[in-house]
Amino acid sequence: MSDANSVNPEPAAIEVDGMSRASFLLRGVLATGAVYGASAVAPFVSHAFAQAPTGASGTSSSGDAEILNFALTLEYLEAAFYQKKAAEVGLSGQAKIYAKQFGEQEAAHVAALTAAIKALGGTPVKEPKFVFPATDQASFLALASVLENTGVGAYNGAAPSLQSKQVLAEAGGIVQVEARHAAAIDLLIGKSPTPNGGFDRPLSKSQVLATAGPLIKE
Amino acid sequence: MPVESGRDSRVPTQIDTSMSVDVSAQDETQHPQSSGIVERLVRDDSDRKRFLKVVGASGAASFGAFVLAACGSSSKSSTASTAATSAGASNTSSTSTTGDIGILNYALTLEYLESEFYRKVLAANLFSGKVGALLKSFAQQEQSHVVALKAAVAKLGGTPVVKPASKFPIESAKQVANLAYTVENLGAAAYLGQAAHIQSPEVLASALAIHSVEARHAATLGTLVEKSITPDGAFAKPAEMSTVLTAVKPFLA
Repeated sequence: MSDANSVNPEPAAIEVDGMSRASFLLRGVLATGAVYGASAVAPFVSHAFAQAPTGASGTSSSGDAEILNFALTLEYLEAAFYQKKAAEVGLSGQAKIYAKQFGEQEAAHVAALTAAIKALGGTPVKEPKFVFPATDQASFLALASVLENTGVGAYNGAAPSLQSKQVLAEAGGIVQVEARHAAAIDLLIGKSPTPNGGFDRPLSKSQVLATAGPLIKE
Repeated sequence: MPVESGRDSRVPTQIDTSMSVDVSAQDETQHPQSSGIVERLVRDDSDRKRFLKVVGASGAASFGAFVLAACGSSSKSSTASTAATSAGASNTSSTSTTGDIGILNYALTLEYLESEFYRKVLAANLFSGKVGALLKSFAQQEQSHVVALKAAVAKLGGTPVVKPASKFPIESAKQVANLAYTVENLGAAAYLGQAAHIQSPEVLASALAIHSVEARHAATLGTLVEKSITPDGAFAKPAEMSTVLTAVKPFLA
């Protein structure tokens, strides 16, 4: 059941035109080893993407806080991408309109997740420094597609592990917006707005890290 | 892009992505506590009460029985369960209408409606080119949701609700696209409204996988009809079951 306009249905293997060869290769290296270890990346990143505590070792709220910190890292990433990288690259037309709108919404997600983590008694991660391999509008939009679609997969992958139904409802309200962003960007660049067909694929943390990790600097 | 009325052979074959979309200030200035798009679309509550009296219980797997029994499980539906009691829904099977099975059957009902809507839209041959291809893919996706949800209900030992008879106004490309925008936003809000009620992580994962696709559909239709791709702003609003069922009432035959 392939879409009429489907380009590549595998989110983890989406090619990003314009991404630098170095970061593309790095992503490939990171993706190949399941146990390459968080030690291979900056300590901040390993903390941000740490697995939620399993069993009785963590309370449900600390597990939820870990998951939300994972989401917060991604939201910081998207907010910085739309609000800072976009200005560096220089966008025009619909791309510029989306970057402004989406940037504001991602910033709102940052604020909401930060508050939610605190409400759970957790410590929100600090905003990381990022590097985005995009040099022009085309490469910016290609990367936007990757980031938004990865975000959808990340939330869908992590949400079933949340203990709190209230937190789940909040996460649901956010992932729906990320999916809307993803569809809009994909349409703008002539891709299918439903790259996974009828069912969006949940991504594991290592899959998300394979894509987002290289963009996070200490 | 402008959606031409009628069977116009000049319907654009390409999505005009250079056209500025009306990403209106509605998103940014909306108070976070204001009602979501679904609430704003639903007519007044008197419609819901009339609807509940009309539908009636007609068997374990009928949509009507489902509505009356399942509504009672949602927190904002105390009136619905009162109506259910008075309408005599005692012959409904509880396994088809409560818990995760009930939620899946609710979703299945909505997917039946969406799938039938798109089937009729395609049959009317109002769209061509890339827009037509998009809508065809959405039709296929909604049908795949129907198939998956039926299987999910059966896997849990429940009885899938039967496909409801439906009616949709199909008048012009522009009208249909706007209706699709409404329906998809409704579907996304409906799934979001149930997420916190689902008990099984597996069922939740499936619901989330569908939920985000409905959101993609809604955003796509938004670009086609020049309406907001994020009508609720940064945080999508959930819709309660009673609200959604009221909203779909006009489409039940």
